[in-house]
Amino acid sequence: MSWLRFFRRNRSDAELQEEMDAYLADETAENIARGVNPEEARRRARIKLGNPRSVRETLWRQNTVSLFDTFGRDLKYATRTLARTPGFSLIAIAVMALCIGATTSLFTVVRSVLLRPLPFRDPGHLVMLYEHFRDARSNQAGFNYNTVAPADYFDWRTQTHGFEDMAAWRYWQFTLTGDGGELPEQVSARGGSWNLFPLLGVRPAIGRTFTENEDRADGTAVMLTWNLFERRFGGDASIVGRQIHLDGKPYTVVGVLPKGFTYPDAKVQVWVTYLSGLPPEIVPHHDYHFTRVVARLRPDVSLASALSPVGAVQYRLHLQNLNAPVAEDVAPRNINDDLAQDVKKPLLLLMCAVACMLLIGCLNVANLLVARGAARQKEVAIRGALGAQRWTLIRGQLTESLLICVAGGGGGVLLSLAATKWLANAWKDLPNAVGIHVDGVVLGFACALVFSAALLAGLLPAISSTGKAVFAALQASSRTTSGSLSRATLRKTLLTVEIAVTVVLLIGAGLLLRSFVRLRGTGVGCVTANVLTLDFSLSEQKYSSPEKVNAFDESLLEKLRALPGVRAVALGSVLPGQGNGGDDVFTIKEHPPLKPGELLPDALIRMADPGYFSALQIPLLNGRFFTSDDRLDRARKIIISNRLARQYFPGEDPVGKTIHVPAHNNTDFEIVGVVGDTLWQVGKPVEPTMYFPMLEGSLVRGQSFAIRTDSDPLAMSVPIQKQIAALDPELPVSNVQTMQQAIGDSLGNASFSATLVLGFAVLSLVLASVGLYGVLSYLMTQRKTELGVRMALGAQRDQVLRLILVDGLRPAIMGLALGSVASVGVTQLIGSMLYDTRPLDPTVYVAVTFTLLMVATLACMIPAWRASRLDPMQALRAE
Amino acid sequence: MARKDKTDGEMLKGTLDMMILRTLVTGDAHGHTIAKVIERGSEDVLEVEQGSLYPALHRLEDRGWLSSYWGASENNRKAKFYRLTAAGRKQLARETSRWRQMIRAIGLVMGDEAMADGGTQ
Repeated sequence: MSWLRFFRRNRSDAELQEEMDAYLADETAENIARGVNPEEARRRARIKLGNPRSVRETLWRQNTVSLFDTFGRDLKYATRTLARTPGFSLIAIAVMALCIGATTSLFTVVRSVLLRPLPFRDPGHLVMLYEHFRDARSNQAGFNYNTVAPADYFDWRTQTHGFEDMAAWRYWQFTLTGDGGELPEQVSARGGSWNLFPLLGVRPAIGRTFTENEDRADGTAVMLTWNLFERRFGGDASIVGRQIHLDGKPYTVVGVLPKGFTYPDAKVQVWVTYLSGLPPEIVPHHDYHFTRVVARLRPDVSLASALSPVGAVQYRLHLQNLNAPVAEDVAPRNINDDLAQDVKKPLLLLMCAVACMLLIGCLNVANLLVARGAARQKEVAIRGALGAQRWTLIRGQLTESLLICVAGGGGGVLLSLAATKWLANAWKDLPNAVGIHVDGVVLGFACALVFSAALLAGLLPAISSTGKAVFAALQASSRTTSGSLSRATLRKTLLTVEIAVTVVLLIGAGLLLRSFVRLRGTGVGCVTANVLTLDFSLSEQKYSSPEKVNAFDESLLEKLRALPGVRAVALGSVLPGQGNGGDDVFTIKEHPPLKPGELLPDALIRMADPGYFSALQIPLLNGRFFTSDDRLDRARKIIISNRLARQYFPGEDPVGKTIHVPAHNNTDFEIVGVVGDTLWQVGKPVEPTMYFPMLEGSLVRGQSFAIRTDSDPLAMSVPIQKQIAALDPELPVSNVQTMQQAIGDSLGNASFSATLVLGFAVLSLVLASVGLYGVLSYLMTQRKTELGVRMALGAQRDQVLRLILVDGLRPAIMGLALGSVASVGVTQLIGSMLYDTRPLDPTVYVAVTFTLLMVATLACMIPAWRASRLDPMQALRAE
Repeated sequence: MARKDKTDGEMLKGTLDMMILRTLVTGDAHGHTIAKVIERGSEDVLEVEQGSLYPALHRLEDRGWLSSYWGASENNRKAKFYRLTAAGRKQLARETSRWRQMIRAIGLVMGDEAMADGGTQ
């Protein structure tokens, strides 16, 4: 109530005037009534009232809240001074908007992905459990977290009691077909143990979650995610209790998950039970790693003490399966980190990059403010001499930088709304992409950013321009330049810091970019130009026998090969560069049995049709490719990769030897050929690989075509899909893209962070060069008279040019040196993100040095050239 | 201005507010009346300076002890009338008792029996 009077000052003043008028009138009337003549009556009334202005002023002061008043006045002055130099103001505001916008956007993403608790009950007590191999090789590749085998999970859960409960989930995929002839679609699915949702504390939006009884191999209960429920079933709650068809089999919808539930990622459409559809013979295995385990800590038990019995169980399992890949230990991981595993580092890196940019932006604005401070030296000195407190002067200048930052912050928040949306869409690896949005906390962060930026940018210039030395300006004659020297030093220091930070950013960006180019340039070991790839999965119901599978595969292959414009077609389970696809252990019949403690050999598994290798141009090194005769029960043949041959058959000819693969029908396979190595993912080391003949006819979940074409492969995608639809109209086809796109997608993370960091670095370079240009232009103006005298005394134009140039380049070179030294330390931190690039890569350092010197010279050249063109006569007359 | 000796008409600090509140107990009034009532009531010993009257009125209103409205004065002119609020009444009671204590205390110090006994007569 009481401080509100501040805003009613004008009204209350007007009322007071009226009151006083009324008083005068009353008093005059009274005097007249007493018999005084009207003129005298009015005069006496006036005398009695006294000075009305002083009354008004008293009331005005009484209504003033001094804090508001001075702030308002500061604000008014600041607005006026900023409006007087719109160019400066706009540049400064734009710089701040850019920096604050970028920082806010990144913070939004970091918060959503890394900081925000998952929408679960007490998410702090949730932890992911993995198997953990102790040997050096597993840890060297940074692969410390191994997915869990089903039997391990069940043993952990039944034999230990340190955790409140444990639940499991695994990857799955279905083809969803409609009853009414709706389009079939591939849906990403997960199989979750019956206790998963209660453990997470997630209640279904409609219906119920799974029951223990439904969690078995022939269980057909399914839960829909909100996305699918809305999209495919129109949000009709009566779907609960009805059946849907997954891979041609009927499943009963028991419930719908709530809207915000996007764990583990937003692409998941349906959940079945963990054991549903899992071949029962897999469950007792301790070496089939495909399960993720979520555990909930008891409130009163520490993680370490809950974990140690699990570790003990695992070690016993390891001892019982000495030759199999059963890990010795378990490792916990924070559930948030688990989701953000691939993006955590790039995100933090980008956060640092924008923080650097923000710092540069602040330094730049500070620099511009110092320049203005110099121009207003006399004004400040006079105000000081007239009795303004130093704090008043500093406050005035801080208000200016605050105004710039608030305007910039407003623009920045708007900018970040757009940028965040773009970032969430463009960065495909981000988990929880739908949950990323600007909210109150983010806005609070932006406000804090604005105020700290204002303080950072404003305080230094304000303090420097209001010091005691300022009064020297009053004494100094107009020709003296010494008064501004200290300010010039301050500006150069700011500039040096700015350039040093820029250099660090540039070097970081350069390293990431170089690493990305290296990645890009890596061949995956097969042809990638003009290759179209697409994925499909045959339904179990429809293709119930190996003959049916083969009939489909072969007739489609034949049709595709006959298409005009198609050169060759490969059909396999996983194409090179497109993922791991799983691995299996094997034994070599001809080799002596393994010693205890020696791990079974292990290799990636792939299926390949007879034309696979020639179509993809993977070279044959030894033996032969598959033929169309390697089919059904004659398909006990295997082709191995060069790496497998060298690793497990050193100094012998593998062709003709026999490999036993327990997981693959538990049968023996004769090695018929050795082919060149391919990468399963760009940037990852080559793994031993074995290929089984596609024509053995087993139903493969997820088959891929690679079709080599004469020209643009994407142009062929429609005729190819028509051929597939002609054979089986219910078969959905997914991931239709070129091989280069598919491989490029897997580099998305690297390319994204490299591009963004480079973007920030370039912006910082622009900011720094603008700063350099500004400082030098200002110095030049200050030294105009001096330069005029020099030239009048006979200095040559190129001497003047050199003088100014050297003056400007000195902070640039200082900054460069400082920045390079700092980079040596900083880049060690991103070492693990680099592929085939050392943190001290000389090319990058040389390139950055060269670029910076070029840009700095250019920025200095303009004022230097202008200085050399000075007309000495005019320069001397100017003052 | 002042016809009397300057110190005679000068008010003790803080007493103007109290007197304004007291004046308004008998009914709503505008600034001129309030000043007049105080002056007459003090047998013209006290002189209310307009320079402090109006700021005081606004201050009391701001604190919620007075409310105001525009009405017609006895001469049928537009005037701002002040009214004592419930909070103002309480404040008046507080200030009055404080004032009495003060008078008594000063009276005791000054050895003035009459004042020490009964406060204001």
